[in-house]
Amino acid sequence: MAELSYRDAVIRGIAQEMERDERVVMIGEDIAKAGGVFKATVGLYDRFGPRRVRDTPISEQAILGAAMGAAMTGLRPIAEIMFSDFIAVCFDYIANEFPKTRYMTNGQMGCPLVVRTGNGGGVRFGAQHSQSVENWSMMIPGLKVVAPSSPADVVGLMAAAIRDNDPVIFHEHKALYATKGEVPDGEIIDTLGTAKILKAGSDCTIVALAMMVPRSLEAAAILERDHGIKAEVVDLRSLVPLDTRTILGSVAKTGRLFTVEENPRLCGWGAEIASIVADEAFWDLDGPIVRITTPHIPLPAADHLEDLAIPSVDRIVARVSRVMNG
Amino acid sequence: MNRKGGTTAVTVQSANDDIGIEKRLELYRLQVEIRDCEKRAYDLFMQNLIKGTSHLSLGQEAIAAAFGVAMEKNDKSFCTYRGHAHTLARGVGMEKMLGELMLRDVGLMRGKGGSMHLTSVEHGVMGSYAIIGAHLPIACGSAWRAQYLGEPDVAVCFFGDGTTNIGAFHEALNFAAIWKLPVVFVCENNLYMEYTPIHEVIPVENPAGDRAGAYGLEKIVIDGNDADVVFRTARAAIEKARAGEGPSLIEALTYRHSGHSRADPAKYRPSGELEKWLERDPLKIYRARLEEHGVAGDTIAAIEAESKRKVDEATEVCKASPPAPVELLTTDVYADGGWAWRN
Repeated sequence: MAELSYRDAVIRGIAQEMERDERVVMIGEDIAKAGGVFKATVGLYDRFGPRRVRDTPISEQAILGAAMGAAMTGLRPIAEIMFSDFIAVCFDYIANEFPKTRYMTNGQMGCPLVVRTGNGGGVRFGAQHSQSVENWSMMIPGLKVVAPSSPADVVGLMAAAIRDNDPVIFHEHKALYATKGEVPDGEIIDTLGTAKILKAGSDCTIVALAMMVPRSLEAAAILERDHGIKAEVVDLRSLVPLDTRTILGSVAKTGRLFTVEENPRLCGWGAEIASIVADEAFWDLDGPIVRITTPHIPLPAADHLEDLAIPSVDRIVARVSRVMNG
Repeated sequence: MNRKGGTTAVTVQSANDDIGIEKRLELYRLQVEIRDCEKRAYDLFMQNLIKGTSHLSLGQEAIAAAFGVAMEKNDKSFCTYRGHAHTLARGVGMEKMLGELMLRDVGLMRGKGGSMHLTSVEHGVMGSYAIIGAHLPIACGSAWRAQYLGEPDVAVCFFGDGTTNIGAFHEALNFAAIWKLPVVFVCENNLYMEYTPIHEVIPVENPAGDRAGAYGLEKIVIDGNDADVVFRTARAAIEKARAGEGPSLIEALTYRHSGHSRADPAKYRPSGELEKWLERDPLKIYRARLEEHGVAGDTIAAIEAESKRKVDEATEVCKASPPAPVELLTTDVYADGGWAWRN
């Protein structure tokens, strides 16, 4: 067991799989000699060489298209889209190409690749470098969508994503890169589609993803200490596959559901979870399902405004305590 | 198929020919079969036995056929929604193709793909892409894999003149050039971007040829209606790619005899234009070429008769095939064969 940063966990997860399988290759802008704009690929070029860790021009369509062509014909590429906002530039591949390959060809070929991308806000980059875009991918049949919150999960889920035979969009949270956590030694392989209960509780369930997980955990501690509310915190870890069993099990125990999302409110993933719970566990509920989200706005750059937009620990505490005591 | 008989009759006269009579007969056979199969597709549309849409390449057969003959079995081809010809040219059977157009169980993808998504991995037909330009970077990826693993296959990527204005075209050309990828880009310039003359939307004479220099590539503009010309160009470009000398961008000038799609009567074409191009019909050119090379009229007639017989036979097989089975609706969304996105 060693303490590792989220950033170093990305490197360790990739290195583990590159060591194991020569078909795993990496492409992206500035990922090789420069080690990535977030330094999340530092050392991989030196370790695996220019053949396996390759810089590309600023050509997002070519990056994802080439990754797809290589994946279809036998490699296991990891393609980096530097900031998740840029996925919009090459969305054809995410929406029309990767996910439909297997279905349209009646199973003749698949597209086993990983798109890694720096997702999320909180670092004052403004509206075109700060978005949480996991919903963009979630709605498309054929994709898998992952967003880990801790270094240990990054290593294990990265390995699982690389070994998966479907295209996986892997959201690394920009504001979490510097955070640290204990990571077990040796090879780690996690399982996609498994949520984790990070704090047990009996009064309500808080479902969160990525940066909203540590904030929800902090909020849960305050809720318990200051308001006597025992919240159970569920880290979804992946949106597709979605671990509805854990969500429904938790709601059956607590009777209340809050979702905490960084993405803007309209059509956020929390709406899907609310819908599933309302459909399938309505009689377990003791009150309304409440979504805590960023408002339906682009993110501002000003620090105090960005802090107001993205759900904060205080906002989570205030909203949960008001609803629970209301 | 009495191709062998025809070969024997004319081998001596063609001994010094760089293409050779066997390949010439293959080039003609493919062009005729593609023509007949696409004409049948049109007829089946008229009978409402093919639904949806379809993009025929009547008049453009020489390009697909020539590349089909020039490519090795393991080479990979990437085509567009106008991809019937390229699919047949790799050796996919007519019943598989017409069956897919008719959305029957016998089709290539058992009806799940349709006319615009023909794929046959076993023949190296790595998909027909219905978003203009998307497949150029994908072909680069296949070429990258070949280069990375030291495998000898070349990726050949077909697209229309309209594609040359999309970003992916330029990204792919740059990418292939800097990585020296074994890929051959083939622009079939049929003069129209869907309904609009290509010259109204580009500032240069040759949509692909004039842009090749921007990626350090040679300008190659050829007569796309002469299968010999296309074959020689294809062979050279594929050999160059296989030798590790990087990509080529070929612009083959041609003309589609019908509209963009089923819905398009092509009324925008100036009068006389179609007639002029019908004079340069690739089948007509190639029939004359075979005659010049001493191929007997009987041999040519036998190829034509055999093609018609194949199309008739395939049509009957397809008509007798059941529609795509209902259980296919939810198969193969994910690699486990199913569609489950939750536990």
